[in-house]
Amino acid sequence: MKIAAFNLSGQGSFAQDAPAIAEAVKSSGADIVLLPGTSRVRRAVGAAAMRAGAEVDTNVVDLSIDGEAVTAQRWLYRQRILATFSRAARPWVIVTDPSLFAGICEKVGAAPAALDPAPAASSRTTVNGLVAAAGGGESTIRPDAKLLFVAGAGWTKKQADGATHLDEAAATITGFLAKSGASLGSSKSLVDMPEAAEAFKFMSHMNQVGQTGATPRHAKGLSTCCHGEEPHVVGWRFIGERRAVNLDANCGWAQGKADVLYVADAFEVMKKVNELL
Amino acid sequence: MGKPLNIIVCGSLVPDPLQTLEPVETPQGPGLKNEQMLPSVLDPWAACALYEAAALAKARAGSKVTLVALGPKAKLQQLMMTVAQKAPFQLVAVNAPAGGFTDAKATAAALAKAIQAIPGLDLSSTLLFGGCASASRDAGVTLQFVAEALGIGEFFMAVDELKLADDDTFTVLERVEGGQYQSSTCAGFPAAIGWATGSLPEPPNNPQIGMMNMRGVMPALMKAAVADVGVGGISYAKAEVPAAKRDTVVKKDMTADAIAAEIVEWIKQ
Repeated sequence: MKIAAFNLSGQGSFAQDAPAIAEAVKSSGADIVLLPGTSRVRRAVGAAAMRAGAEVDTNVVDLSIDGEAVTAQRWLYRQRILATFSRAARPWVIVTDPSLFAGICEKVGAAPAALDPAPAASSRTTVNGLVAAAGGGESTIRPDAKLLFVAGAGWTKKQADGATHLDEAAATITGFLAKSGASLGSSKSLVDMPEAAEAFKFMSHMNQVGQTGATPRHAKGLSTCCHGEEPHVVGWRFIGERRAVNLDANCGWAQGKADVLYVADAFEVMKKVNELL
Repeated sequence: MGKPLNIIVCGSLVPDPLQTLEPVETPQGPGLKNEQMLPSVLDPWAACALYEAAALAKARAGSKVTLVALGPKAKLQQLMMTVAQKAPFQLVAVNAPAGGFTDAKATAAALAKAIQAIPGLDLSSTLLFGGCASASRDAGVTLQFVAEALGIGEFFMAVDELKLADDDTFTVLERVEGGQYQSSTCAGFPAAIGWATGSLPEPPNNPQIGMMNMRGVMPALMKAAVADVGVGGISYAKAEVPAAKRDTVVKKDMTADAIAAEIVEWIKQ
């Protein structure tokens, strides 16, 4: 069985990358083609596989090869059901979770080759470049951070004095991110709030974790002012140790979704945490 | 002002995210326990695509939105009771199984066939919308397959913003790594857009829009074509829900100082 692996880094367009990936699949003559599920690959791999007459599966988290038998694992229903499956058809393009690509290549003995697609011969699309998703300077999304810090909608609620303290909340959150080096996540309810969009300019829908957001991989996760409802917690599937700070002792985190739930005011706790850090 | 838009949104139903899902074996392959009974919602990313489509169509006179939905007819009918109140659209329904275990290629082929059968389809004014992935299969390739089958050569993935100019050029922001967007400009139609969350909130239910839509929804459901969609070439060995429940320790009576000290120690470990 021939296995090939390709890497595609940097920025590109569909018209540039789809033919290049299709050609790589065809010319490699491989039965199994591995690619990392980066944004660039995901934009073009479906069409590329179709053009190359290949089958394609994305979000693969594990791959086993035993002789001619290839078995893959991927999550369905947004990290709720883990499926183990195979396909008889070849070539088979397997797109892995980006963070698992190197490990899976090593496991099956494939050395990734870099793809360098030429500019598209004809396309109506011009790539203008990169822009930051949120204002406020430095990106708050840090995939390599050890800790995920999730801010929930509770940061925008009225406090004991009957008023909201959005500026104070923003300062506490950004202060913690600066001192801890954590990556910032958010619940959907927070990023959907117009008042949060105004006050928390360092945050956008890109920070959203859960059903319609990201499923990051960090060793630890700390949730604050978030109820731990199922649509949000499915995004925590790959977070190792989990702690939460919430005023509600019966919130979702208490129902077996966190290792430790502190029933406390996150405003107060996180200010103290920042002092200690 | 540019020409009227023809926006086709591919979107189907998924189990309500608050439901517990349990895989079971069925004669057709793996499925979900009590799948027919599970409450469904419009796939969240496809819903974002529909709201963005409605907003674009509203901004350009004469534009129309067509929702192409593949799923079991009875469940689609149930779904339309709520979705039809959100935005004006015409429905094209395809009666076929929809779920995480079905093959993206077969689903895409059925969707493309349904789109090609839309009377008076003019691709030169068409934007093909859908979610960047579904909340069931989460493959992220179905819309690309549909676009490929329709011969649409411009594709954008995980889009949060589309700004359309009067000369029909448009600029999109696609999500890329590191909290950034890739900005691209496309000179005209057709194009396919896989939406992420976009920027629009869920519209409130509007019974008037609902009543207007339902006039077309019921006939569309009645004449929904049956498509042969199954697991395709996938051979499932196992589908399981790995244990995820933790033994949560609830700490109620600690001071903020004590909690902060414990969290800092934990972070530094």
